[in-house]
Amino acid sequence: MSTATPPPVRRLPLTGTDARVVSPAEQQTVVLPGGAGAAPSFVSAPRRKVGASPLAIDRMQVDRLSIAYGSKLAVREVSLPIRQGEVLALIGPSGCGKTTLLRSLNRLTELTKTASMKGRVLLDDEDIATLEPTALRRRVTMVFQQPNPFPMSVFDNVAYVLREQASRRPRKAALQGAVRSALERAGLYDEVAGDLAHPALRLSGGQQQRLCIARALAADPEVLLLDEPCSALDPASTQVIEELIVALREQVAIVIVTHNLQQAYRIADRVAFMYLGELVEYGPAEQVFGSPREARTREYVSGGFG
Amino acid sequence: MLFLAVTAAIVLYMMVQGIRYVRPELFVTPPAQGASEAASGGFLDPLLGTVIVALMAMAIAFPLGLAIGVWLSEYGNPGWLARLTESTVEMLAGSPSIVFALFGTLLFEQGALSFLSRTNDGVVYGRSFFAAAAMLSLIALPLIVANVREGLQAIPGHVREASYAVGKTRIATTRRVLLPAARPSVVTGAMLGVGRIIGDTAIIVILLGATLRFNGAGELPLLSTLKGTGSTLTTFVYQNAPTGEINQPEKAFAAGFVLLSMVLALNFAVDVAARRGRRWR
Repeated sequence: MSTATPPPVRRLPLTGTDARVVSPAEQQTVVLPGGAGAAPSFVSAPRRKVGASPLAIDRMQVDRLSIAYGSKLAVREVSLPIRQGEVLALIGPSGCGKTTLLRSLNRLTELTKTASMKGRVLLDDEDIATLEPTALRRRVTMVFQQPNPFPMSVFDNVAYVLREQASRRPRKAALQGAVRSALERAGLYDEVAGDLAHPALRLSGGQQQRLCIARALAADPEVLLLDEPCSALDPASTQVIEELIVALREQVAIVIVTHNLQQAYRIADRVAFMYLGELVEYGPAEQVFGSPREARTREYVSGGFG
Repeated sequence: MLFLAVTAAIVLYMMVQGIRYVRPELFVTPPAQGASEAASGGFLDPLLGTVIVALMAMAIAFPLGLAIGVWLSEYGNPGWLARLTESTVEMLAGSPSIVFALFGTLLFEQGALSFLSRTNDGVVYGRSFFAAAAMLSLIALPLIVANVREGLQAIPGHVREASYAVGKTRIATTRRVLLPAARPSVVTGAMLGVGRIIGDTAIIVILLGATLRFNGAGELPLLSTLKGTGSTLTTFVYQNAPTGEINQPEKAFAAGFVLLSMVLALNFAVDVAARRGRRWR
């Protein structure tokens, strides 16, 4: 475990309750000051987490960030914090800039040649523009819409992240523990433990996506970005992954882009509603869904457009 | 239908004729000067010659084609150089091999390249396995480039990004994720390239000398063969065909059968390679 040991953990100790699913009866009543009639029907539905949220710590700070593709502005002066202990959901209609914002957090936007950026993003008070992209992307990892395990075994998918660039070292034996722990954190270990040499592309869609989460967790990141991770999955797999996300939020800061408002409501602690590149509203999930301050938010969450 | 019938007729006729004349001893007997089928030996040297030029030409074309294909697909900048490379490769693909052969004679007759062939009284002969393989690599190159590139471009963009998103560099991503994923296409390109090489006649006639047997140049055992001249199954068929210098049609049919079998086997292998490999949805 010499070279494979992840970088020193920058994680702070957290206290908090375990995530659990509760029945509607157990649910705290959401207080809706004012526009109760505007609240969408799912606002009283069960959520995957209740009770006191774990202690939240700022990990990233987006500071007046603007991103343009050529002359087209995709994200306009967005500022918001990203906290460990909370799930932040980015919602909004297609083309509103939420995926661009997500991709800018680990500088994947730079892969698009025409993209340009203004403003700052801080990760633990460091400007991410000053970090090596490869180092940054190990601290802020990402899971994509389509499950995309690499064409190798389950074990190697995770080990690939732990090894130095294209190296095949360290060998399997030295990585066993780290791979197992990543698979366990992604809730996949029990299903694949019997055959870690199984080709990853032969797993089911939901398993593939959890393998992708395991892969993203293997780098021991501070922030986990999820770009519509359930949109290609069946309801059962979606439920497993939603529970996983809620359980993981104590260990890493989580940002999820989703088109599915019910999903955002079920799992998010904070919600950011974006429209035409602007951050229209940011706040606790109960407030954004239950009593939105902005008219555009209210219209969107109640199904008026998007 | 007509096309299928004609193709099937050709293949079947060649197979039947070949099986009639092919005998095990032909594979192990070198060709000989002789005025009859019985006296003119087998095709050991041409068979080995085919294997040698295929190996040598692929040793040049495969790494080069792989590098060009990867560069075009994954880097491709500056853009003008990528476009220029692309049209150059296309031009290679469209050129008749006799043109390369002719150019090869000019090139390998240069004094500076005399170490690659026989020299007599200061005159560089310019024909050898080295010269033939170098030019044959050019006709295999476009097939390898095109298939490598196609295979890489069939991989969804998010797979690359998934690798970048865990801090991997472009090189590491290409080596560990993209090339393994594109392996069926890479193998297909290589096999099609081999098919082109073993089927080529013009370059062998002009640049390998198409001599009956290996005709080494120099002292060193293996190097002398490679510096010397020889033939392949294609030129053997050409010379033994009823219109050729040697005119032993039974030998031509037997060698043609072996050549055809090799090409069919390669095509089959390509099919198998293309069918293997798993895809992202």
